[in-house]
Amino acid sequence: MAAEILLEVRNLETTLEGAKILPDLSFEVNEGEFLTILGPNGSGKSVLLRSLLGLIPHKGTVSWHKKPKIGYLPQGLNQMAVRDMPLTVGDFFRLKRVGHDTVIEYLDLVGLGPSTLKKNAGHLSGGEFQRMLIGWVLVSRPNVLFLDEPTTAIDAAGGETVYSLLRDFWEKQNLTILNVTHDLSIVYANSTHVLCLSRFGHRCYGVPKEILTPDILRDVYGSEMKFYTH
Amino acid sequence: MASQLVLSLISGVFISSSAAYLGTLMISRKMAVVAGPLGHLALPGAALALVYGFSISLGAFPFVVLGILLIWLLEIRTKLAMEALTAIVFATGVATAFLFLPIDKAEAALVGDISTVGFYETLASVMLGTAVVIAINRSYSQIMLISINEDVAKTEGINVRLFNLIYLSSIAVIVALGVYLVGGLMTAALVAIPAAAARNVSITLAQFGTTAGIFGAVSAIAGITCAMYTGLPAGPLVILASALIFLITVPFARV
Repeated sequence: MAAEILLEVRNLETTLEGAKILPDLSFEVNEGEFLTILGPNGSGKSVLLRSLLGLIPHKGTVSWHKKPKIGYLPQGLNQMAVRDMPLTVGDFFRLKRVGHDTVIEYLDLVGLGPSTLKKNAGHLSGGEFQRMLIGWVLVSRPNVLFLDEPTTAIDAAGGETVYSLLRDFWEKQNLTILNVTHDLSIVYANSTHVLCLSRFGHRCYGVPKEILTPDILRDVYGSEMKFYTH
Repeated sequence: MASQLVLSLISGVFISSSAAYLGTLMISRKMAVVAGPLGHLALPGAALALVYGFSISLGAFPFVVLGILLIWLLEIRTKLAMEALTAIVFATGVATAFLFLPIDKAEAALVGDISTVGFYETLASVMLGTAVVIAINRSYSQIMLISINEDVAKTEGINVRLFNLIYLSSIAVIVALGVYLVGGLMTAALVAIPAAAARNVSITLAQFGTTAGIFGAVSAIAGITCAMYTGLPAGPLVILASALIFLITVPFARV
């Protein structure tokens, strides 16, 4: 299948509190791509996602070649946000006004049984909550996913489960995924392309094998970066 | 006497239960305390009403609406947190009120005047209370999602400004009505206490809303009836009744 360009970003620049973030960033995302946006803290990864979503003002152009239906999981949508509320998993799905059967179907797809429906969302384990969120974002049937550090709050095994679920959905549902992370280990296994941002102005874009060389990573993360080849 | 009690009970129940239902959204958004300053903001209006002899709610309403509009516009313009803006606007309201509030008549403005409510005011309380419950019920999912994460709500296509306006208008109506029931000093309690008590005993969102409404209604009935037989002001008694309900629910809090 010849991939078509879905998203074209030209000369993007976002200014936050007087500081220029992402000056003059240009790249393209093809339909069906699993793009990992990699970089250290403060390199503007989350700002990039929010700029592309139109949530913060920016200069430059962000053009979608096809109208996307976007699902977004920001870092802020975590268990803390729902912790002290009488909000069951069922309630959380009903915020999107979806039917009972659909909710059961999507919980099943992320490996959670129907009994989860009545549990308080704030009382799930970290891994269960994150899987529930994956089901929750997919229940609106998006064709593009924006994920901001979807595995930060959970342990390594839980993180692997989340990525294997995402990979599964990505393959079966022809999703395009833009995933922000600073975790190098998941990049090889899961992405088709990598965009790296750094605080020092270095950028790179390409397929993981070409990009993830010690030299390039040192440029992105700074000289203190230690890199072990697999 | 009996028909006055019925009018007071009807208006009290409608005001208190609709305030409590709205309160479930306000405590989820950590905004319950905003109703307090807005109540204080009603004081200049209440003062005018007392000076010129018209209904306190009628006097309060334009001031609360003006306050909410100011907060809404200032929030868009300055990006300051809503609670900071509320503090600025409310202090202005209180300062203005004390310039010309007739202190000898101030009790009604400060602690409410539900014991003397008339037929048309009762009718207005029933209609406005019902309107708020319907508006909030229809936009509950959207407002709750905005409270949980505004960016996600925007990405899901929710018109955040529209729903914030519905939410803030409902607050304006409830605060203006609340001034009648409990006075300008205690409107925060009207939205916060029954909702907080309901949170202690609820598992689902539906239970949360319904229980808050019931707790609000029970507090109003208990407070107003007590006031009728003791001669004490109804407003503080309604609040104390809801505080008692809250205390009873504390051992059941699901943490």
